[in-house]
Amino acid sequence: MGEAIAFYTISAFILIFAVMVISTRDTVHSVLFLVLDFLFVAALYVLLGAQFLAAIQVLVYAGGIVVLYLFVVMLVNLKRPPEAHVDSNRRTRLGFALSVAVLFELALIAGYGYVKPAPALAAQNLQVTGNTEEVGWLLYTSYLIPFEVASMLLLVAMIGAIVLAKREL
Amino acid sequence: MVDQFLIPLLKIVIVLNATLVGVTYMVLLERKVIAWAQSRLGPMRVGPYGILQPIADAVKLMIKEDITPVRADKWVFTAAPIISMVPALIVYAVIPFGPEVSLFGRKVTLFITDINVGLLYIVSVASVGVYGIILAGYASNSKYPLLASLRASAQLISYEVAVTLTLVSVILMAGTLSMVGIVNSQYNSHVWYVFVQPIAFALVLIGGLAETNRAPFDLPEAEQELTGGFHTEYSGMRFALFFLAEYANMIVVSSVVVTLFWGGWLPPFPNVPAFRFLYLVPSWAWFLIKSFVFLYFFIWVRATLPRYRYDQLMRLGWKVLIPLAIANLIVTGIVKVMVLM
Repeated sequence: MGEAIAFYTISAFILIFAVMVISTRDTVHSVLFLVLDFLFVAALYVLLGAQFLAAIQVLVYAGGIVVLYLFVVMLVNLKRPPEAHVDSNRRTRLGFALSVAVLFELALIAGYGYVKPAPALAAQNLQVTGNTEEVGWLLYTSYLIPFEVASMLLLVAMIGAIVLAKREL
Repeated sequence: MVDQFLIPLLKIVIVLNATLVGVTYMVLLERKVIAWAQSRLGPMRVGPYGILQPIADAVKLMIKEDITPVRADKWVFTAAPIISMVPALIVYAVIPFGPEVSLFGRKVTLFITDINVGLLYIVSVASVGVYGIILAGYASNSKYPLLASLRASAQLISYEVAVTLTLVSVILMAGTLSMVGIVNSQYNSHVWYVFVQPIAFALVLIGGLAETNRAPFDLPEAEQELTGGFHTEYSGMRFALFFLAEYANMIVVSSVVVTLFWGGWLPPFPNVPAFRFLYLVPSWAWFLIKSFVFLYFFIWVRATLPRYRYDQLMRLGWKVLIPLAIANLIVTGIVKVMVLM
């Protein structure tokens, strides 16, 4: 009962802030609502018992990535929106196409989840206890290859950024 | 009922009040110590030896006019001091001041909570605190605060990387992220981690100085270049909140250093029978004494060292501290694996 109330309250806040992110005119305010949104998502993770994920969510998204967004928004002058130059229908059409694609994806996910309920992922043969330990165990056993691929991708991105920023090494 | 709500609530009230009183008296201590370092007396007028000075300061700040600049972004301008104050205070939820003790026939733990991801919680909450500084500079709509806040946030983010990387090697040693667990593992391994991880200790201490914007890394409030820094446009209680947040963060950094490296609430030689008498001093007193040493160290450093230049600061962060942290982490990992084998 209490958990349900907490879940619906947190979810409502997440949705409200998500709408605020795309509806507010001031870009900095928009980024701030994004931070609030991420914090409430972290609260949702805590509710699910995933404290490790919640802490990482706050550390990486709310505390790291959005700070960089804020830097960009504050340093780039966004006073005049470029709407005046483009065809006003173009945005509507693009938005329509995008929302159809997202709806299709959501339908696919919902259908897939309905037909084939999510398996209890490898939770049976876990040899460790504790939230963080379990995440680490799964990352280095069942999900080793995706994990390594992701780290490779990050390394490539990092080298790319260095090459872009520094013309001559 | 009593165990579930009343005692935690009471602990929260005690810790919050103790922190706020401690913070105000930190200000007095800092003024006194710096005055002594410079052959002055420091505050002497209010109360004997000026011990009532913090109360006078607080009253003055509260009754001052609270100005919001006309062109400022009002909501963000108001939120910024709150955003920097709140993370500094909620971090105290996981700091262990002592183990479980019996008090009036009841088992009471001398920490508010012990979560599985305690250290990660501290790091992540502290990383949210940077918004207070960025937003203060942005919302003031004034050039010096904006420059200062850009400096401050770049500094915080750079040093956060180094400190977090260093903390990983301590986590490797302890095998847990829980703050209580880290102290217990120091008890079980018969050694305070400062003696096996001296480089990590130095890195966390330097990084902690930089993250709390203390001298010699107090560039965000370099008076000569940036007038008052990011809080130039703030006055009254809102200015006081930034001030309190800075000192609260200092206490957090010294508590974290004590917990991770200096055995937390443990007395020296906790496992040696010949030194059993050291347990006569209560555990929380050991914790407070050790934290006080580091608070004094912070002030001492401020009185001694000149300020870094900004490019030197960035060079130190990215080219010295982060490579050292990575090297330390790799060595710790290799040694840990060899010990396990």
